[in-house]
Amino acid sequence: MENRIRELKAQIEDEAAKIASLDELKEVRFKYLSKNGAIPALMKQLGSLSKEERPAAGKVINEFKVWATELFDENEKDLANKALLKRYEDEAIDVTMPSKTRKAGHLHPVTLVRNELIDAFTGMGFTVFEGPEIDDDFHNFTALNVSADHPARDKQDTFYINDDLLLRTHTSTGQIRALETMEPPFKIISPGRVFRCDDDGTHAPMFHQMEGLVIDKNLSLCDLQGLLDTLAKTVFDKNTKTRFRPSFFPFTEPSVEVDVTCCECHGAGCNLCKGTGWIEILGGGVVNRKVIENCGLDADVYSGLAFGTGLDRIAMLKYGVNNIHLLYDGDVRISDQFRK
Amino acid sequence: MYLPMSWLKEMVDLEGIDAQTIEDSLFSCGLEVEERKPVAPDVDGIKVGVIKEITPHPDSDHMVICIVDCGEYGTDIQIVTGAPNVNVGDHVPVALPGANVYARKKGDDSGAHEVMNIKKGKLRGVESNGMLCSGEELGIDDDWYDGAEVYGIMMLGEDALPGMDVKEYLELDDEVMDISVTANLPHCQYVYGVARELAALLNRKLNAPDFTYTAKKEANNNNITVEVKAPDLCPRYVAHFVKDVKIERSPVWMRRRLKMCGINSISTFVDITNYVLVEMGQPMHAFDMANVAGEKIVVRRAENGEKIVTLDEKEFTLNSENLVICDGEKAVALAGIMGGLNSEIKDTTKDVLFESAKFERGNIRRSSRALGQSSDSSHRFEKGVDEYTTGLAMDRALHLVEELGCGTVSATHVDADANPERESQKVVTTFSAVNAVLGIEVPTETIVDILSRQNYTLEIDGDNLTAVAPAYRTDIEGTAADLAEDVIKVYGYDNIVPKFMTNAVITSGGLNKKQKAVNKFKDCLVAQGFNELINYSFYSPAELDLLRLPEDAPERNYVKISNPLSENYSIMRSMLAPSVVKIVSHNMKRGNESARVFELANVFIPNEQPVATIPTENQRFAFGIYGEDEDFFTAKGVLDAIAQEFGVKFSYEKETKPFLHPGVSACVKCGGKKLGWLGQLSYEVSDDAEITKKCYFGEIDYDALMKLAEESCKYAPVSSFRSVKRDLALVADEATTCGEIETVIRDACKAVTDIKLFDIYRSEAIGEGKKSMAFAITFAAGNAELMPEDCDKYVTKILKALEYKIGIKLR
Repeated sequence: MENRIRELKAQIEDEAAKIASLDELKEVRFKYLSKNGAIPALMKQLGSLSKEERPAAGKVINEFKVWATELFDENEKDLANKALLKRYEDEAIDVTMPSKTRKAGHLHPVTLVRNELIDAFTGMGFTVFEGPEIDDDFHNFTALNVSADHPARDKQDTFYINDDLLLRTHTSTGQIRALETMEPPFKIISPGRVFRCDDDGTHAPMFHQMEGLVIDKNLSLCDLQGLLDTLAKTVFDKNTKTRFRPSFFPFTEPSVEVDVTCCECHGAGCNLCKGTGWIEILGGGVVNRKVIENCGLDADVYSGLAFGTGLDRIAMLKYGVNNIHLLYDGDVRISDQFRK
Repeated sequence: MYLPMSWLKEMVDLEGIDAQTIEDSLFSCGLEVEERKPVAPDVDGIKVGVIKEITPHPDSDHMVICIVDCGEYGTDIQIVTGAPNVNVGDHVPVALPGANVYARKKGDDSGAHEVMNIKKGKLRGVESNGMLCSGEELGIDDDWYDGAEVYGIMMLGEDALPGMDVKEYLELDDEVMDISVTANLPHCQYVYGVARELAALLNRKLNAPDFTYTAKKEANNNNITVEVKAPDLCPRYVAHFVKDVKIERSPVWMRRRLKMCGINSISTFVDITNYVLVEMGQPMHAFDMANVAGEKIVVRRAENGEKIVTLDEKEFTLNSENLVICDGEKAVALAGIMGGLNSEIKDTTKDVLFESAKFERGNIRRSSRALGQSSDSSHRFEKGVDEYTTGLAMDRALHLVEELGCGTVSATHVDADANPERESQKVVTTFSAVNAVLGIEVPTETIVDILSRQNYTLEIDGDNLTAVAPAYRTDIEGTAADLAEDVIKVYGYDNIVPKFMTNAVITSGGLNKKQKAVNKFKDCLVAQGFNELINYSFYSPAELDLLRLPEDAPERNYVKISNPLSENYSIMRSMLAPSVVKIVSHNMKRGNESARVFELANVFIPNEQPVATIPTENQRFAFGIYGEDEDFFTAKGVLDAIAQEFGVKFSYEKETKPFLHPGVSACVKCGGKKLGWLGQLSYEVSDDAEITKKCYFGEIDYDALMKLAEESCKYAPVSSFRSVKRDLALVADEATTCGEIETVIRDACKAVTDIKLFDIYRSEAIGEGKKSMAFAITFAAGNAELMPEDCDKYVTKILKALEYKIGIKLR
């Protein structure tokens, strides 16, 4: 019996060393440990031994069985590990190969600027008021105190549908439409498309503006500067400064142009600001009494602040686009660049 | 406008004030100095020299050796010159070594100049320490200095002393400011106006031009009459008769000033009108009295078809929109724009009739544009002229006639003034109202000082303030804001203190639902890889032809622009798709392999034709896609993703459009309403649009979609049990659509949550004209595990319905 065990042990060790796969291991394990395998067969031979010999022999066989089981378990663990490693190795990839992604889309730069401004203003208590793109002479000119012989009314500058209807030349129409429909006090911004008869290197016949209007009591030029100062700091950065200089719009008095410190050189002077350190981005003023009266409000009670800016211009400054026509080109390689 | 610094300094005492301060002061009141240009920017280092001695050049017969006395720069300077006109004792301009002068560009026959730096050198072996200069080398002509155009060296007067700076001697050390003036300040569009403003700003003395003259009464007094038949277009017309005129060269000071303002000197009378235009901002005209028939001036609207030939020999056919100046017989000038050739000033002119008038700016502008004829006068009238200055300018012109001694100022003066009692604008307000506009407290005495300096006449009673504006101010509307503006420009905008609307009521800001929905809509597309487009709101009717839209298509009912830039931008968009097709084509031509683009914008729908009321603006969404991974179903997926985001369900029915592939196009419906369309662009249209790949477009009515979109959404519990999937292979006729089968399946069994067609198979065994369609159907579990028997029951129900309703069997 002991010889037989020694023999089998050597045989198992020999075979186990040669096992290369889990399937082979299964076969070998079956050969020795299954019901009819070589080791249970040894058990069956116990019957031929004397009663006295049986316990010791049984113990030896059992120990042998435990040894074999452990050996195969060990082997199995080892093989499983190897198989896993091999799988990892087989599945290894070249991580530098191109990625698979659906390319992200992008909003139009004017929309991005518009959203940013809307964000800043709505935070200051403004609502967004959108007027029609085709409007009439009254809302675009007359109510805004633009005199009958003002050059802006020329066919040269304004697109007309008929003698009265026109493509709005500014979003200032929003001032009038808001004054007509809203109960003061209110604060609105009115962004949108505007149109002028100009198409050359620096002008597009359509572009975007955003008008702002505050109607309340006791508003002054100081409030306007405070408001626009806050705005400039939001849109550009917190160190941006604003400067007023006199200007003229028929619907505000006093009227001011608002310069902000150049976003490129922060006031030192560069190409963008033509060396002045300032760039002009806004116009505004204290709403002319006539405009308030034209809309049926008591100008002795209510006062207003109005301002307007060009969204295309801010987009161009912000993204370093030097030609307005690029904003309307539509080539996805251009629009892909406007991410925030 | 151009403004010579020397002229400004003559009118305002600017002693001790530098050019930058002047520029800053003007800027603060709305007059922007765009450029300050030296009169002779490139020439320097030229001194006066007196020729002491001339000896022949040993090696040249056309050159001579001069010894020149340049005072402090050397009294015995040897200079060689080839000029033929030098003599001992001549006072000449000398460019010493280091000086810069103009020289003809070498090898350039156009007469263009470049700057030449003078160095010591040798001319044919003889040392030359500089150069004697011609007028051309100094960059000047006879208008600037008599004799500047002489062949050879320019001779200076005996008052030019050795060593003097020639630029100073010739007044070339001046500079000209180019100023842009805002539209509300016509009273600052001329030299006197700017001087007046600057004097007020800096609180310096103003030296007004001399307006005096002495009219000579004649024995046989002329009986000139002026009749203004269109006082609405010509509120004031002043005429004055000048006798025995001398048409000759103007004096050098006048020629120089005109030149600095960009005007060529012609002769005394033309120069005087131009001088007054620049100085007083009043366009004037001078008629040759010999050509004014009937001693009569009539200002009237032109007859339709009336013709006139202007000074520049151009003929115009006029209509009643144009204003003309006539004599007793004919039109002699196109009012405010240009004089007639028939009455122009000639060398032989004996008597002159001066005109100083105010013409309405709107009419001048319209006439000028309509006729395509403009002049310095018409530009000036377009900016606005005030009647007060109209009278003053005539006085100034007559003074200049006397000063130049070029004619006898007669007593014949006619002033046709439609409103001789004209009153200056009056502002009745309070000091506190003025300060309320500004938001700061400007002291009362400061306000009084600042307004007085600007020639307001003030009446003060405590806080009450009555201010009468000077007659030349046409921009005053009579409000406290007018005064606030005039105060702050002098007081300084720097004094405005930013306040964050401390008096204003708190208002709640933010976007409304509609505006938020737009953002969400766009975000949904951007998340699907779309780039947003903004296209012009107008295009050409040819865009609709390209899409082969029939004459009766609703999109052919569009809004027309009456004065488009060109046919290309002549109608307002009635649909967005043509713009998107164009962009897709553009991207393809640029070699971009794929693109997803969209636009959300208004189309314009007339309420009637011809358009009489503000057209309806309808927001549309249009998109275009192309690329390797795109097909009809990715396009449809774009819309379904939107539908899902807004809580609606789209259905699609086969329907085509004249510009779509007849087999790959559909209409998009929602809640039984047609919202739009999608499909592959037809091959014919693709060819015309130079589109070489398959591409897919869609357009839907955004406003209609938003009306159907859910108002709000509520949570619905999800089952914690697994749903079960069953695959069914069905044999159907070729004509049966996936949509029909899906509808039957859904209607048959409420437990179905998802149906997906995953395979179509055709074979002989299935039969001619038949197809096998494999569907994966998902059944939802309720509040218990879904048992196989339940699913069997569902399937049986579905199969029965399929067979009964559309004759479809299990394969």
